Amino acid sequence: MSLSKEQVEHIARLARVGLSDDDITKFSEQLSEILGYFERLRQVDTEGVPPTAHTLPLHNVWREDDQPEPPLDKEDVLANAPVREGDYFRVKVILEE
Amino acid sequence: MPESLHDLTLTEASDLLHRREASSVDLTQAAFERIRALDDRIHAFLTLTEDRALEQARAADERFARGQAGPLTGIPAAIKDVIVTKGVETTCGSRILKGFVPPYDAHVIERLREAGLVMLGKTNMDEFAMGSSGENSAFGPTANPWALDRVPGGSSSGSAAAVASGMAYYALGSDTGGSIRQPASLSGVVGLKPTYGRVSRYGLVAFASSLDQIGPFARSVRDAALVFEAIAGHDARDSTSAPVELLKISESLVETDLKGLQVGVPMEYFVEGMDEAVRQSVTGAVNQLASLGADVDWEVSLPSTGHALAVYYIIAPSEASANLARYDGVKYGYAYTEGASMWEDMEKTRQYGFGDEVKRRIMLGTYALSAGYYDAYYLKAQKVRTLIRREFDAAFEKYDVLVAPVSPTPAFRIGEKTGDPLQMYLSDVCTLPVNIAGLPGISLPCGFAQARDGARLPIGLQIIAKPFDEATLFRAAYAYEQSTAWHRERPPI
Repeated sequence: MSLSKEQVEHIARLARVGLSDDDITKFSEQLSEILGYFERLRQVDTEGVPPTAHTLPLHNVWREDDQPEPPLDKEDVLANAPVREGDYFRVKVILEE
Repeated sequence: MPESLHDLTLTEASDLLHRREASSVDLTQAAFERIRALDDRIHAFLTLTEDRALEQARAADERFARGQAGPLTGIPAAIKDVIVTKGVETTCGSRILKGFVPPYDAHVIERLREAGLVMLGKTNMDEFAMGSSGENSAFGPTANPWALDRVPGGSSSGSAAAVASGMAYYALGSDTGGSIRQPASLSGVVGLKPTYGRVSRYGLVAFASSLDQIGPFARSVRDAALVFEAIAGHDARDSTSAPVELLKISESLVETDLKGLQVGVPMEYFVEGMDEAVRQSVTGAVNQLASLGADVDWEVSLPSTGHALAVYYIIAPSEASANLARYDGVKYGYAYTEGASMWEDMEKTRQYGFGDEVKRRIMLGTYALSAGYYDAYYLKAQKVRTLIRREFDAAFEKYDVLVAPVSPTPAFRIGEKTGDPLQMYLSDVCTLPVNIAGLPGISLPCGFAQARDGARLPIGLQIIAKPFDEATLFRAAYAYEQSTAWHRERPPI
């Protein structure tokens, strides 16, 4: 199993992680080795075996709708904003022309 | 007051407080003296909260005066920097969260505050708990108190080192694939990963949500039980918090014989390439359990054990790639803002904010979940996960506990494995099946390895029990501990 530099660039784009050229070369080698190790799972017979998402016998945990809790303090939350404008987190334009 | 407060266990320190022979302020001041003397060399802490700690210590002393103190009241503790603390910077060992001040406390912090927490500070860790050595911290590695040129294990590197070196009487860590048990083993302290669902993850910064669990580090089995009792229990804010009754474990730690206890030793955990001293110490510990009255079966087989590493490194990075999507430079922490577009800002924020191991795992997870590969990787891993759990379930029909090594080797040198991610992943080969199956596991000291350079390196014994049966886990661990002196050893620092 080997991952080409183009595949690494594609995955990085999906994950929105910028990579340098050196990173791309390094990750292409390292991820190929790790994916190669995963190949061993192909030999395991899982015919008819259901998947496990988590190990608890819990499903659809609901809470009552009538227990409102106070929200986090607005100032405490916005104090962490890298760029703040009034009571908003400011970001660059998302929808382009 | 005794000469060295820092050599005491939590229980011994608490007895001093309850007899009013020392105050919480005394213990807290002594802890900060210890930290100032050692932490330049160990680097267990990322943030110290001395003023807040002394305030909490004074409040604890008032509780003693009013007769409202419990076993943890006024005891100085360290908290892994992956657990959010209201008003105290929480970085997860990452540059991307530098400067983040949480607006709320994690459930475990609320519980410990009710118990009388004195928080010394936040401890160093592998970035976002991804690592087995502490070397992936963006703020520099932590040293092992037993040998300063070696790693203390990870990812809860600072919590293990703080307890091992006598800076804190107990600490909280988190364990996704071994991140409490492996550093406990390498640093010579007790570390517990509770059953998945036993301790609320509310306020634990998410790495792999189906595997993460918070647990204690301490210097004795009883101490670990006291902290576990304080933090465990149902919390409606975590939908995977289990409404299962918790027995009062610490009070039942009296019996030191193990008559009738059925112990299984899974052969697959004695892996190829295992250090000889580890093999001998763990074998010796199993013999000791037998001499305490346990019935030992040395030939248990869990054949899917060899697949656990691959399963883990598909499932954990997949969940991580989703959980870490929230670090976009908009809401908190580090942000790159010089880009031409929002997308460029986001990509550069993540490029400069995350370290290599975090990027590697986000990439792995993104790939495993991507169109065309989902069935071959993620779904396949989830099916093998079922097989691993079924094998444990079948074993626990016959055995009360399983006993195994924690780490195939004692502490390795700083820098020894950083160039080879797969080799680093192999240090968790004995711990991650327990997370995959959602079981409770404990590491406790069971011997030492003599390194070629003369260093004496601790070795841990792992005991594993069925889900929600921490009581039996502690019973076996306590009986073993009481019949040996390993937990009394302190590092020469």
